[in-house]
Amino acid sequence: MKLSNIIANTGEWLSGSGPHDQIVVSSRVRLARNLKGKPFPGWAKKAERVAVLEEIRGAVIMLPEMKEAFSEKLEDLSPLEKQVLVERHLISREHAAKGVGSAVVMNTAQTLSFMINEEDHLRMQAIRAGLQLDEVFAMINQADSELEESLDFAFHSELGYLTACPTNVGTGMRASAMLHLPGLVMSEQVNKIINSVNKIGLAVRGLHGEGSEAMGNLFQVSNQTTLGEAEEEIISRLNKVIYQILEHEQNARQILLQQRAETLLDQIGRAYGILCHAHSITSKEALNLLSFIKMGVDLGLFPCGNRLQVDELFIETQPAHLQKGLQAAKLGSEERDSLRAALIRTKLKKMPEPEIGKIPTTSTTAQSPTSEES
Amino acid sequence: MFCDVCKSKDATVFLTQIVEGKMQKVNLCEACSKEKGVNDPTGFALADLLLGLGAAQEIEKNPLGIRCPVCGFSQTDFKKTGRLGCSACYDAFSEGLSGMLKNMHRGLIHTGKIPSRLALTLIKDRELVSLQQGLEKAILEEKFEEAANFRDKIRSLESEGNRVEEATQAVSEADPLSEQNRLSLIPKIEASPSPKSKKKP
Repeated sequence: MKLSNIIANTGEWLSGSGPHDQIVVSSRVRLARNLKGKPFPGWAKKAERVAVLEEIRGAVIMLPEMKEAFSEKLEDLSPLEKQVLVERHLISREHAAKGVGSAVVMNTAQTLSFMINEEDHLRMQAIRAGLQLDEVFAMINQADSELEESLDFAFHSELGYLTACPTNVGTGMRASAMLHLPGLVMSEQVNKIINSVNKIGLAVRGLHGEGSEAMGNLFQVSNQTTLGEAEEEIISRLNKVIYQILEHEQNARQILLQQRAETLLDQIGRAYGILCHAHSITSKEALNLLSFIKMGVDLGLFPCGNRLQVDELFIETQPAHLQKGLQAAKLGSEERDSLRAALIRTKLKKMPEPEIGKIPTTSTTAQSPTSEES
Repeated sequence: MFCDVCKSKDATVFLTQIVEGKMQKVNLCEACSKEKGVNDPTGFALADLLLGLGAAQEIEKNPLGIRCPVCGFSQTDFKKTGRLGCSACYDAFSEGLSGMLKNMHRGLIHTGKIPSRLALTLIKDRELVSLQQGLEKAILEEKFEEAANFRDKIRSLESEGNRVEEATQAVSEADPLSEQNRLSLIPKIEASPSPKSKKKP
């Protein structure tokens, strides 16, 4: 299977659906594993890394769920292809920087991906749309159990799975959900939420994880600790917190509708206006404006049928995705900005204007039936 | 405000770093900040903040540092990268690591998934640990009948699986608690009742 065939289709986590997928964009669980007795990738010599790569890759492509898989060494991927995979959250930014001795294996649905010789010998993840942490954990746990039949993972009777960085030791698990929180950002509550989530040992990060900026009102919530709790406990703790954030976001949107409907409509209308008429737009501005359009769809101002189109734009306006169809040499940022604006204009042309008269007093996302009739 | 390191001079360098979303503050005096290499963020950042200042001082006391006998990774390498060299490093650096892991995680013992080929022995190990905790608690509370009960259970569990244990030596190697030592404590405590028990009717 060629990479171009795989990336021609959007992944399941983007096009598929799941519980609460209006606010919870995707759920992801990754496990870190290392082979017993082999130095970690950062300390291993090239030949050792290559040997580990062959051993793990051999085991991964034999998995029943990895039939029709895409598998490629990092050195054989172009920088643009690597970047496309990063933008789809299929490999990490750190992995994209790797060369000889590292590889990636993923299935066609793009729900499972395996990074070989990232920071650890193996990092495997499952990702799906909506809030499905239990389901994605089950998927990746299954793959892990199958792999351990042929691979001897480093495991310590007290510390659990051993990882290159002590922050991952134990379960080696990072579970995370990508949340779209425009309501909390607009009502200036998001920092309060981030602080309280941090206090209970969970991390809130931007779009591309550690050290990245929160663009498009997208936030990634994940567990910070990996030792001392079983996988299921970590996930249930995370789930509880996500449900709370979900509720806060729904309430924030409801209150905005009741008290600041004009501001809300103004923001959505302006976003639509700019996106429909801009001829040059950076990816940051595009994401931030698309966030309002996405909320507009949630609130019923745009037809539901346009949801996927809008969601796809979040990915397709990213720098590497913009250029993936083009064989030409790498574009400069100005060229990308105008290409991006053109792509958004064409896509949004198919979408009707926001129906301002349709301000719902009960938002489609809110579950509480208490909203007032106006 | 005094310097966090020498605790004698006034702090003039205030360092705030956000690591993994947690804010860490360190106040240093001029001399200590130079000594710690605060001007060189690559040398300072990771391990010092992760290990805490105490651990960094320990490394200085022993300039040669410990090396992992398996992969040759040194404590200085860890200070630079914040990553370990191989799985054996966890045992080689266990002393410095345990304090660090305590700050990072919710516990020091893995309670989650176990690879199925190790499951049998490890589940037994976990049971042993919990029996031992029960035993210690019983001793502390001076419930000696219960303690004896725990001791018997531990002994029977141990004799039951000695053969299996040999096969998975690597796993039990890491066990720092010598069960025999602990068990031999019981009669001693029984023989010399503590002042508390005298008060009891």
